[in-house]
Amino acid sequence: MAGILVYALHDDEGNFNKNSLGAISEAAKLAGEVGGEAAALVVGDVADDACAGLGKYGAAKVYRAKSVPEGLAQPIVDAMAKVIGDQGFSYALFGGGLLGFEIGAGLTARLNAGVTMEVTAVKVQDGGLVVERPILQDSEIADVGYVSEPGIIIGRLNAFDINESGGSAEVVDVDVELSEWSSKAKLVQRGEQRGADVNIEDADILVGGGRGLGAKEGFELCEQLADSMGGAVAATRAVVDAGWYPYAAQIGQTGKTVAPKLYLAAGVSGAIQHKVGMQNSENILAINKDPNAPIFEFSDLGVVGDLHKIVPKLTEAIKAKKGG
Amino acid sequence: MKICVLVKEVPDAAVQKRIDPNTMRLDRSGEKNLNPFDTHALEAAMQIKEGGAIPVEEVVAVTMGPSSAVRALHKAVALGADRSVHLADDALAGSDVCATGYALAKVLESESPDLVLLGQQSDDGECYTIGAVVADHLKMPSLTQVIQIDVADGKLRCERQAEYGYDTVEVELPAVISVGDAINEPRYPSLKAIMGAKKKPLDSKATGDVGIEAGSVGEGGSKTKVLALNPPPAKEAGEIIEDEDTNETVEKIVAWLDERKLI
Repeated sequence: MAGILVYALHDDEGNFNKNSLGAISEAAKLAGEVGGEAAALVVGDVADDACAGLGKYGAAKVYRAKSVPEGLAQPIVDAMAKVIGDQGFSYALFGGGLLGFEIGAGLTARLNAGVTMEVTAVKVQDGGLVVERPILQDSEIADVGYVSEPGIIIGRLNAFDINESGGSAEVVDVDVELSEWSSKAKLVQRGEQRGADVNIEDADILVGGGRGLGAKEGFELCEQLADSMGGAVAATRAVVDAGWYPYAAQIGQTGKTVAPKLYLAAGVSGAIQHKVGMQNSENILAINKDPNAPIFEFSDLGVVGDLHKIVPKLTEAIKAKKGG
Repeated sequence: MKICVLVKEVPDAAVQKRIDPNTMRLDRSGEKNLNPFDTHALEAAMQIKEGGAIPVEEVVAVTMGPSSAVRALHKAVALGADRSVHLADDALAGSDVCATGYALAKVLESESPDLVLLGQQSDDGECYTIGAVVADHLKMPSLTQVIQIDVADGKLRCERQAEYGYDTVEVELPAVISVGDAINEPRYPSLKAIMGAKKKPLDSKATGDVGIEAGSVGEGGSKTKVLALNPPPAKEAGEIIEDEDTNETVEKIVAWLDERKLI
């Protein structure tokens, strides 16, 4: 049976991650095409009805490993390997996100299995799954297949759409013995929010700041520009990690996904991890002094120049226009 | 303790990268450089060594790659590694993530490190995964995308950003840790260190020297296969303005925004 097992990530309140729900939806669709079944793996003591609820996205069964802790990869590798080994799944699928990369990679070693990452689409070819994986800054798309089973697929953030197709899933509890090295990393604190709680997901206009701002103070330019247009300020992971701006304003792989009417990128290089969180913006305007910055590949208007000269004048010009 | 830092030679950022349509592999001719993320891993190793919270006897740079990869090792040594190990064998060419992780784990095993550090991603593609593959083979705990490492009581206290915010994780040694570029500002090598780099010990190893099974690496040992390469869906190229006269540039931007009713 060409089954597909999906890891369903959840937060401390038991809410499932929407990229995981997208992955379950995708698995259900693909399983239907290859004549198999989609299932999900949940770790931790998640309630029966919450687990069964994954059936709505197409999971026929939900394997629950109650004693396995959520939040670090290696115990979940143990659980995935156990369920894949016992039930004979042909594929493991992960939605975008950091843990999926780690668990998928660990499984690769454990099961001596092929892995693909940053996958944007999966298709059925000759009865097996073939993934589409953009490479070289998205300049080419590689079709990659697996020479043996199981195959491990790690999706890119937002690659798979959520689709409600099914009803209720059967919940099956599984006992998992943890590997000795899996308990040698311990989560001391999970999900700490750093900096102010700001809302960027509802803004029609976002000014995104990146490393090109040069220093924390550079964000003042972004805030003034955003104010002039009635927008909000967002940030890249690099500057959030550097402590220049709050985590709640971060776009991308481990941050928010946004699609405003205007995304104005100031000093943002446009790395894939950022792109996946904002590429669906209606209009993208980029200001960057590096003419080779990847962001110019997907912006509607690219301005090659010094943002420290351009942004203050742009703010004044917009204010003047609005006032006039 | 002994720290091994995995490094990789990648095409220089300025080089237009392409896939060789015959082999379906990255064309690695042209200018190359040490993967920028790996310089952060080397710097992290040096900071642990210099920090004094735990005695570090040795920092060893380890790479797998063709003969040209020696230059990446020279750079790693110039940045502070005491010596280097080069796993080079024609049998390794065409290895996928599964095969590469296995081969790297075998060469690391021969060094018995207490800590393996590496950059979280390489400029040429296999992002985030190698550290976790290597760790499972070595049966060590691991964490990727780490932006802070503190050593206390013989353990590591690491911070990283995950799905719901910042996580703090305590990791016992030996361990495999991949680092993000926010972890530190790598130092510039001194002229003396650059000049001296070629004199530091460099061990060359073939697959047989570290017990790598030939059938598990290279194209034959890989579990994935690139079937085709296609161009991405065509996207209308955006307009580009070079800022020569800022007043004029700003006028153009305002007109563009106005046209789209964004202001």
